[in-house]
Amino acid sequence: MEKWKGWRKMRYEAELDPDFSREIASIPGGDQLYSCIQCGTCSGMCPLSPNMDYTPRQIIAMIRAGFKGDVLSSYTTWLCASCYSCTVECPKEIKITDIMYAAKRLAIREKVHPKRFPTPVLAREFFRSVEKNGRSTESRLLVNLYLRTNPFKMFKQTGLGLKLWMKGRLGIRKESIKRTGELRKIFKVLETEHMVKTKDQLARQEEVSS
Amino acid sequence: MSYLYYPGCSLKSTGRAYEESMLAVFEHLQLPLEELEDWNCCGATAYMAISELKAFALSARNFALAEKQAGGAGEINMVVPCAACYLGLNKAYRYLKEHADLQKTILKALKAAGLSYSDHLRIRHPLDILANDISPDRIKEAVSRPLEGLKVACYYGCQIVRPYADFDDQHEPVIMDKLLRLLGAEVVDWPLKTRCCGGSLTGTVEDVGLRLSYILLKEAKKRGCDVIATACPLCQFNLECYQSQIGRKYGNGNDIAVAYFTQLMGAAFGIAEHDLGLQRLFVPLHLQGTGDKVTGGQYVSR
Repeated sequence: MEKWKGWRKMRYEAELDPDFSREIASIPGGDQLYSCIQCGTCSGMCPLSPNMDYTPRQIIAMIRAGFKGDVLSSYTTWLCASCYSCTVECPKEIKITDIMYAAKRLAIREKVHPKRFPTPVLAREFFRSVEKNGRSTESRLLVNLYLRTNPFKMFKQTGLGLKLWMKGRLGIRKESIKRTGELRKIFKVLETEHMVKTKDQLARQEEVSS
Repeated sequence: MSYLYYPGCSLKSTGRAYEESMLAVFEHLQLPLEELEDWNCCGATAYMAISELKAFALSARNFALAEKQAGGAGEINMVVPCAACYLGLNKAYRYLKEHADLQKTILKALKAAGLSYSDHLRIRHPLDILANDISPDRIKEAVSRPLEGLKVACYYGCQIVRPYADFDDQHEPVIMDKLLRLLGAEVVDWPLKTRCCGGSLTGTVEDVGLRLSYILLKEAKKRGCDVIATACPLCQFNLECYQSQIGRKYGNGNDIAVAYFTQLMGAAFGIAEHDLGLQRLFVPLHLQGTGDKVTGGQYVSR
């Protein structure tokens, strides 16, 4: 017999991570997170909330309560299309889109994001290409994405690709900047620094300041 | 006043028609443009999901290059037509200004590459420039083939006006409506002006992305418009190139033209269709009143 879907997942206090909200709030302006009144405007405005496993309002509440594992492994943040309608409408001026980004980055760093879901793969491929060439090449990005998620889909999209190419709208040549060395030097300085601090980094920071 | 043009990745590939038409319109209105030399990715959306600091550094390198190229000439206007680039660069510029410690880190990184920037840059969208830097009269004067009888839905997309732009209202933008009315077009009432088209989700989580684009197309059709005017390469791509897929899935016809607002402006100015990239459109644009039928379909060499 199929399991009744009515039961919610239960969490005990001991399973929660009280430092999680501080990690997310470590981004510039992230402190606003604590002024959330749970009005639900963000979820109402979000065009993607019907597709999410937790609505944006729930995500904010879960971050504050310390549901670290559930937030970081959820699909919600990866479905956010960053249209910023939540941020614009929030009566408490919480930068919800930025909080979604913070959760994405932490999930990537802690390697707990949904596996083989196309959006984190796209983000990583895009990042890789820009890191190397300073620019992204749309055609190559898509090929890499399909190879790593669903190669079958590439065949499905061949028609569209061909049509774009015929119209001169799809370049196959790799795009790159001339002075990639400059970028490498810039990135090298930033390699060890992050805007979202992990628990260890927060603890270390506190030690230094006290 | 001169402008530095930042194309971004899309305007060199899927959004080529946007670049072509924008350059043609700016030239027609005698607004001098110069492309930013060796520009790099703005660090928007997908990139920000991995490292925000590096995304800001990418933007900052563009700022540094712009200042270098302008040679310290007072205020520099950087023209950014892609909505995602516009938001990304604008966000980075503001964040670095507002958060001193963040700026310190980024400047330190730039210094390692022998770059730096101060702050007399303005990130501008072509809509902002065409509506605010030149008078409506000048645009009216330039119109030689008014777009009479053309019903247009002005679609701004999500990232142009919110949340960091200051040239129009975040909830109910009107700047493009005004601009297209000057050209003689009939602007339909269209409440989905800033509703998300699905962005990159159309390519990744197709079911979700297509539905969002479908909502926009359906509403446009219901309101009887001939063309949706866009100001973002991704919105244009989603609404136009996926139209047949959306049609197959939801049983909605695929016959609404989706053009860049600069293409419509250029058409009204009487610029040749080939210079506006109109031949690159999947759904041909019918310009009523002029008797012209601008067709798509022919092969375009690079």
